[in-house]
Amino acid sequence: MSGCTRQELLISTVASLLEGCRHIAVGASSPIPGAAALLTRARSHGATRVSVLGSTRNNFFTNGAVELFDCAAEGRIDAFFLGGGQIDGQANINLVGTGGDYPTTEVRWPGSFGSAYLYFLVPRVILFREEHSRRVLVEQVDFVSAPGTSEPGVYRQGGPHALVTNLALFDFDRKRKRFRLRSVHPGHTLEEVLDNTGFAFDRPDSVPATPVPDPTTLSMIRGTIRREIAETYPRFAAQALTAQT
Amino acid sequence: MDHSPILDLTALAALVPDGAKLAVPTDQAGVAMAATRELIRRGVKHLYLVGIPISGLQADLLIGAGCVKTVETSAITLGEFGAAPRFVDAVRNGSVQLKDATCPAILAALQAAEKGLPFIPLRGIIGSDLLLHRDDWKVIENPFAAGDRVVALPAIQPDVALFHAPFADREGNVWIGRRRELVTMAHAAKQTLVTVEEIRDDNLLADEQLAAGVIPALYVTAVAEARQGAWPLGLWDYYGPDEPVLQSYVEAARTAAGFAGFLREWLAQLSRAAE
Repeated sequence: MSGCTRQELLISTVASLLEGCRHIAVGASSPIPGAAALLTRARSHGATRVSVLGSTRNNFFTNGAVELFDCAAEGRIDAFFLGGGQIDGQANINLVGTGGDYPTTEVRWPGSFGSAYLYFLVPRVILFREEHSRRVLVEQVDFVSAPGTSEPGVYRQGGPHALVTNLALFDFDRKRKRFRLRSVHPGHTLEEVLDNTGFAFDRPDSVPATPVPDPTTLSMIRGTIRREIAETYPRFAAQALTAQT
Repeated sequence: MDHSPILDLTALAALVPDGAKLAVPTDQAGVAMAATRELIRRGVKHLYLVGIPISGLQADLLIGAGCVKTVETSAITLGEFGAAPRFVDAVRNGSVQLKDATCPAILAALQAAEKGLPFIPLRGIIGSDLLLHRDDWKVIENPFAAGDRVVALPAIQPDVALFHAPFADREGNVWIGRRRELVTMAHAAKQTLVTVEEIRDDNLLADEQLAAGVIPALYVTAVAEARQGAWPLGLWDYYGPDEPVLQSYVEAARTAAGFAGFLREWLAQLSRAAE
């Protein structure tokens, strides 16, 4: 693919969704969102703050685990990332399990983490899940860890903004409660996206390709960002990002 | 001293009674693994384990060893090493009672306990299936704004908070730096048990720069020295996780027999410092 790794393309794609954010928070086990947030910060010349959970150097919280959630409740976090064992067409996410009756489901995932709170309070939540398949992108989740939309009257300051996978980038239309395909990553096709998506979505007549990172961006990812993300995710930095020679 | 809070590791672990509501921090925040080994050795039973706000290896070991009756947590995961196999198995076969939560709910419920409040309201959650399965969580109306609904969470008051920290002094003052969730745990719990890398002779509160990161002895029941006491997990910037051991755990614990083998070996080891 046009001289960049899959992960480098995803970092650049996620970063394109973060422009203008004052403060981006990144949760656990999220190397690609973490790198994308750090890239956004590097491009902002200091205007964007980033909090990477699990990091010491890129985490300025001093009030313990609760500070992330307090910050979100006060509107001090503009963007956050959530994933899901299942994500459905209404952007509901399931981090709990599937198959059979809760709680003794056949498949059990770790749990809902902060999703049932942050999805309501962070304006721009990016859904990020590398696997793009019908088992992940389903018509309806088996368990709603956090709902994509809420009925009128429920206090909600935020929610799903976009979905990024290995194949494509979708925007989420909160009024229509549906995803809209924005672009398909280079090397993949619309047919592949349709075949591997379990929910219906909107799309333009002609679906463009996701832009690849320009040389400056790629150079930043492979230099500064690779070094910064290695503090929290050393294996990821070594394996997924090209070392600059 | 008659009332010294400094105990040895076995005596400290003995203060966790069977059936205790036991609060523990995340794998990154200072887990008292050496004390956990003492608990399992002793055969502690029927624990009500609370992950503040999630847990990992410690919960998986305690669950696998049959020490846990109920677990309340927002997640149990071994992070980069994948799913927590004994937790997953226990949930699937129904051998632990599960109270699925979300991180800020657990943290807020602890804060309610530290304030002596019966409950605390929290935003979000409405529309999550978590609510369907938590009959102890209630949707109430904001008494100050008609039609505004919030979720009311009962306070979580642990019987025991247990964690590992870099150092304490002989009075039982414990330095936790900016890991303030450990402060909340200590404030909320009836008893707080702490293992530390090092016990220092100087009073930590005498140094104003250290004092801001100290849990005062007022909240601390007992302290035991345990070098490398979080091993095989890491302790902040002091030492990292022992990746080969964690990898061997996640592979062994896929089966009950593999887990039993790992546990036998782990229990037989002396503290790492003594090796």
